[in-house]
Amino acid sequence: MALFARTPLAPLEYSRTLWMRAWVGLVMLFLYAPLIVLMIFSFNDSKRNVVWRGFTTKYYEKALGNDVLVEALVNSLTIAALATIASLILGAVAAVMLWRFRFPLKGAVDGTISLPIIVPEICMGVAFLIFFAKWLEWPTDLIWPFNLGAIIIAHITFCFPFVTMVVRSRLASFNREQEEAAKDLGAGEWGVFRDVLIPHMKPALVAGALLSFTLSLDDFVITYFTSGPDTITFPVKVYSMVRFSVTPEVNAASTLLILLTIVLTAVALKLQGVKAIAETH
Amino acid sequence: MTDAPKKPIIQIQNVTKRFGRVAAVDNVSLDILAGEFFVLLGPSGCGKTTLLRMIAGFELPTEGTILIDGQDMAGIPPNKRPVNMVFQSYAVFPHMSVADNVAYGLKIAGVKGGEVRDRVAEALDLVKLGGFEDRMPDQMSGGQRQRVALARSLIMRPKVLLLDEPLSALDAKLRAQMQFELAELQDQVGITFVTVTHDQDEALSMASRIAVINKGEVSQLAGPSDLYEYPANRFVADFVGSVNIFEGKLTLDEPDRAAVDCPGLGKVYLNHGVTGPHGADVWVALRPEKIYLHVPGEGKAVRAAAQDAPDGHNFARGCIKGMSYLGDITLYDILLESGARLRVSRPNLSRHDQEDFTWDDKVSMHWRADSPVVLLG
Repeated sequence: MALFARTPLAPLEYSRTLWMRAWVGLVMLFLYAPLIVLMIFSFNDSKRNVVWRGFTTKYYEKALGNDVLVEALVNSLTIAALATIASLILGAVAAVMLWRFRFPLKGAVDGTISLPIIVPEICMGVAFLIFFAKWLEWPTDLIWPFNLGAIIIAHITFCFPFVTMVVRSRLASFNREQEEAAKDLGAGEWGVFRDVLIPHMKPALVAGALLSFTLSLDDFVITYFTSGPDTITFPVKVYSMVRFSVTPEVNAASTLLILLTIVLTAVALKLQGVKAIAETH
Repeated sequence: MTDAPKKPIIQIQNVTKRFGRVAAVDNVSLDILAGEFFVLLGPSGCGKTTLLRMIAGFELPTEGTILIDGQDMAGIPPNKRPVNMVFQSYAVFPHMSVADNVAYGLKIAGVKGGEVRDRVAEALDLVKLGGFEDRMPDQMSGGQRQRVALARSLIMRPKVLLLDEPLSALDAKLRAQMQFELAELQDQVGITFVTVTHDQDEALSMASRIAVINKGEVSQLAGPSDLYEYPANRFVADFVGSVNIFEGKLTLDEPDRAAVDCPGLGKVYLNHGVTGPHGADVWVALRPEKIYLHVPGEGKAVRAAAQDAPDGHNFARGCIKGMSYLGDITLYDILLESGARLRVSRPNLSRHDQEDFTWDDKVSMHWRADSPVVLLG
């Protein structure tokens, strides 16, 4: 029995104590049990989806055959991808600017840049609604993907502060002598940025991109207020489906999204090495 | 070393650097000659690193001019200067392989692939890292990373190589080895090296000339043995090596002899003049290894043989109050009859030499007339 260790415990070896293992197990259960139940019930052969009535994959076919649901998913992925790219560039530039330069009102900029993280989402949502509909009179009848413009802009607003935060904490560990070494060997400002600073920021950029993508993908409140009458995103669509009943179709669609997120995360971790990402947090 | 007059490669002329109201470098003028191993030596915060960074272009002088190979460096950024620097943290790029690190400067200069590869191999051989091309920096020891930094700078064939505390992060054994290797490397490539250090052993063993910096000013500029044997002032005498310093009055000063009366040490006789005003307050510096230690009475014969001072001069009595055995030498802390303390070191020429003296032994000491140094400041 590994649980009851034969070799004596080392002073800080809590991970081998029974109560610690039980605690970790409980945490895992609370975190993942709902997700696992959701995945299991996506294979449930029952329309009401309350009790298990046997295995089927027909709700996957149904979900993938649901044109509105697929359109919503494609919309969501498009929004997330574009918002991530823009947030990454904006966020990284803001982080470098705040880290590197001194300029008037720096403190004020520093403070307000993370405001979108703090402001309640519902307020942001209402603000965006007024901003786009009343103030800008943003057209709602544009063709795809331009009809997503307002949502993308709104998503960038709350995603890029996260990128800035992660990149800044990474920059704090930068050894300025590396920058000087590159200059000493002939590099100009752009060369230093490309050859030394960006490679140093890379793990934070990957982490920031992951954060932005997932934040954008599952955002409901702000999207709900910003989307026009004819644009629909995945979370908004799921919400409208759930209003009638939680069918296995919703479960199936959610399971696909979870799998997609897991694959993306795995790819990012593989790209960067788990260690490098862990270092930035 | 050839005796042909060398031309200065770096000319520092009346350079001052102020940070706020503090002058880190205060009106320094010195010439660094082509092909020499020049060391800037001083305690931390004395301004030596600031001086080095001004040569590299990372700091700009508040006043004064720096010329490299005759060209005024004002307004020329670090990436356009014909010098390269090895940083204290080595600053090896962690995301690049050794070969990419070393090739970095050449690639920026637009050198083509084939030549880059040849020169990288050559530079790595020079620092004894041949075959390490594909290693990543995190797979290497500190000493190896330093060699990468060296190769990365040397490959640029700079007119001057600047080294900021190159040995401070290495352990004692490796440091001693690198001292030799750096000197050898400098000899091999013929590039002028300018090194900053706070370690006097390092400076003495590597340098062809040393500038001792104190509070932003050059205290003395001399070769290693001149610096050690003929320090110009109390700061240099004390900072370079260990020394006993006693206050005294100049009682005799003629071209071929001088005498100083020190309340602490007794009558000190020198076999050369010191050109100081008669009766002036001076200091006498005496190195611990230049003092002979013997048992009172027994040392008479020894003294007679080595004695070159009039009777009653260059002689002291005392009692051993402390000793530390360092293997090759033993250090003694001696309480003189005057109440002053004197540090004496004695080589352990035989295996049992350290047993000759012990705590509370009464001892006599004498030194040769050319050993003491009289300091006016």
